[in-house]
Amino acid sequence: MSYDFDWSVIGISLPFLWQGMKFTLLLLLWSLVGGIVWGTCLALMRLSSVRWLSLLASVYVDVFRSIPLVLAIFWFYFLVPLIIQAFTGRASPIGPYYSAFVAYVMFEAAYFCEVIRAGIQSVRSGQINAAVALGMTYGQTMRYVVLPQAFRNMLPLFLTKSIIIFQDTSLVYVISLNDFLGVASKIGQRDSRLVELYLFAGAVYFVISFAASQLVNRHLIQKRT
Amino acid sequence: MNYNWNWGIFWEPTITGEGRYIDWLLSGLGWTIAISLSSWIIALSIGTVLGVIRTLPGRSVRMATGAYVELFRNIPLLVQLFLWYYVVPQLLPLDWQFWLNGLDPRVMQVGSVVLCLGLFTSARICEQVRAGIEAQPGGQKNAALALGLTLRQTYQYALLPMAFRIIIPPLTSEFLNVFKNSAVALTIGLLELTGQTRQISEFSAQIFETFLAATSIYFLVTYLVSVAMRLLERSMRVPGFVGGARS
Repeated sequence: MSYDFDWSVIGISLPFLWQGMKFTLLLLLWSLVGGIVWGTCLALMRLSSVRWLSLLASVYVDVFRSIPLVLAIFWFYFLVPLIIQAFTGRASPIGPYYSAFVAYVMFEAAYFCEVIRAGIQSVRSGQINAAVALGMTYGQTMRYVVLPQAFRNMLPLFLTKSIIIFQDTSLVYVISLNDFLGVASKIGQRDSRLVELYLFAGAVYFVISFAASQLVNRHLIQKRT
Repeated sequence: MNYNWNWGIFWEPTITGEGRYIDWLLSGLGWTIAISLSSWIIALSIGTVLGVIRTLPGRSVRMATGAYVELFRNIPLLVQLFLWYYVVPQLLPLDWQFWLNGLDPRVMQVGSVVLCLGLFTSARICEQVRAGIEAQPGGQKNAALALGLTLRQTYQYALLPMAFRIIIPPLTSEFLNVFKNSAVALTIGLLELTGQTRQISEFSAQIFETFLAATSIYFLVTYLVSVAMRLLERSMRVPGFVGGARS
């Protein structure tokens, strides 16, 4: 092997890498929370009996599911400042961080919508009929009867999905944000140690994702037996 | 908001004077399709072989393919691309490095992207193929063996043809994933569709038109592929088996 490894660079830059990891986890958290909330709304719209509402939601979902996440990140990168300008009337530099949050929420919601829709449909219709017979309104039926059961059924899928989103957060690299990979790549370029930094980043992502997926699997097996 | 819409922008000559913007967009689409198809061929061949291995008796090979799948599934695609593009060449022997440096830089870009996407997707296809084989009742394999087929023939004529029919829908979405994932190529300077879109929007300042055009192209290709695969699924259907599963 012709390459001289120098792993000391990792030790020195651990504080920066931790900063990056904190941003990665924050982005993951917001994509999950925002994605599930907005995804639930989309799923309810898709299942609604109001024709234009369900059409609108299905166009939204189909479009977002057919474009790469990178393209969506670019879309919101220039769209979010424009929208804010249109509302507040002045150009406010809110920075690419917020654009990234919005992009991930909007994008992941399209995928969550499909998961949640399947979850809602997996609740037996007798449950809904019973709730309606008890005099519950549509909102109450959804909130107290359908959604709690749907989310319980969907929990494993949510957990698997969050591991995928954790890996997908690395794509904010394309708008030069300082997530874990972004920080690793900047340090690597500064110190000409890309090999060590990328190997380290790969190892960290692997350990976290692998451990998380093993935990999810074990949890599921325990639940089933 | 005062934005000057100008859909004619695509027919205007580019700022560098090389062709029109529409030529850039089409060249981007061409790269996206070329990368996707070549990665898909790699992914499908490796994925099928590994998927078959995972269903064979023999603990050690099964463990090895399991490790392969976990390795490629748990590292983000972008990190894998950087590992192939920046790290692997540095770890090669020196004379190999000289040879690589002498090549057209585009060869390195395309090579890394295709290899990266191909291996990344092969891990997923391996799991699909395994699921397709395991979804069939054990009687299928036993019947084939009882008819005197060898294990190889059993897979070739009985298990795999049915497995592929069963997994056409997930394979379709894997192909569409490859197609969308190919956008990561822009991070190492290969201007595929998304990369070209960004370049055009920067050079022409007509952001909305370019991004809308790219979004429509992605949407259209995705739509056409899903329709084509649905037709394929229908024409390949074996009578007596409904929707791929047992009736």
